[in-house]
Amino acid sequence: MAVRKNQATLTAQEKRGFVNAVLALKANGGYDAFVTTHNSFITSDTDDGERTGHRSPSFLPWHRRFLLQFEQALQAIDPTVSLPYWDWTADQTSSSSLWGDDFLGGDGQSSDSQVTTGAFAFSGGNWTLNVSSDNRNFLRRALGAGVASLPSKDDVNSVLAISTYDAAPWNSASEGFRNNLEGWRGVNLHNRVHVWVGGDMLTGMSPNDPVFWLHHCFIDKLWAAWQSRHTDQSYQPTVSTTNVVALNDTMKPWNDTAPAAMLDHTRYYTYDTGF
Amino acid sequence: MSETTQTAELTRRRMLQGAAVALTAAAGTALIGLTGSTDKPAAAAGLAGSDKIDEVYQGRRIQGRPVSAGGAGHHHHGSYSVLIDGKELHMMQNADGTWISVVNHYQTFTTPRGLARAAVRELRGASLVPIA
Repeated sequence: MAVRKNQATLTAQEKRGFVNAVLALKANGGYDAFVTTHNSFITSDTDDGERTGHRSPSFLPWHRRFLLQFEQALQAIDPTVSLPYWDWTADQTSSSSLWGDDFLGGDGQSSDSQVTTGAFAFSGGNWTLNVSSDNRNFLRRALGAGVASLPSKDDVNSVLAISTYDAAPWNSASEGFRNNLEGWRGVNLHNRVHVWVGGDMLTGMSPNDPVFWLHHCFIDKLWAAWQSRHTDQSYQPTVSTTNVVALNDTMKPWNDTAPAAMLDHTRYYTYDTGF
Repeated sequence: MSETTQTAELTRRRMLQGAAVALTAAAGTALIGLTGSTDKPAAAAGLAGSDKIDEVYQGRRIQGRPVSAGGAGHHHHGSYSVLIDGKELHMMQNADGTWISVVNHYQTFTTPRGLARAAVRELRGASLVPIA
């Protein structure tokens, strides 16, 4: 059983193992398929039409399934690897070890936001973007440029306190835990972190930046934290709802997994700590 | 427009060739901005369905126009298309009337003009390419 750890606690060997597995997946073409899938969903998930990966109740189980598939792809390369998470309520600056040369590399340079340090710098030859909305093929970041600060622990606790999982109209206008966590309403957690990192993380192809996985691993952990605080609450909607994935509907693109099968993450992995 | 009415109307709309969705925001509609939006008040002036954009911003030509969503026929119904130097910016409208694009997918803008200008700033001279 994989244990997903806080990235700040990883050993040098664990960091190297994760980075090398990601680079190997990139080299064999598997990585870009995840980028394409993510963009395909986020650009077609609409508030008034079918919505599966984003702005809908299945935002959380869809990304849990997406991260599991990615983690399994890494483990096919190196069985010792598990996804680390980035607790952005604790590691809030560009000097965090997360952005070190031995892990994800640092901020983009001022002239063009190009990341020039670490294994994912274009100049290293191992990280060319093939799926993009424009003709740049280097990884970009602009840490803290789009929004001044990352969410705080108080911000997170205020969202974890919301008892209802989700509510009609089941989109970016909904009240409830899911939409406050996703960030279209309230203090804005998930969306704000994408904006804080900037560059490719702003775009529909945000998995081009490997920090995507560490960010979403923490979002996944916060869902688990919400579940442990609200044992009398669960995924909604439970009944068939137009354009929305209900509890027992299977999710595209897998068509074999319903949100109900994603509610208990401990079947697949555990987290090193609670929030 | 009540939220319930707006939602009912929204359910009748669809993406137009995956490129743009319906324009519902009437001028002056109160919108909830999200942290991180860089939309400027000057750019947030009301934009009705008939408004077009044709401007050069930071050296890039922005062209925007409402396009027919087909079917609905209501005065405020329609979609919006933005080109930057002739290349399409994939965009969509949120339920509250704000806008996002493929370039700025996690922050909202109150008008297509603000959205297009933000994309120009992010592109830094790069050209949009058709998305997969």
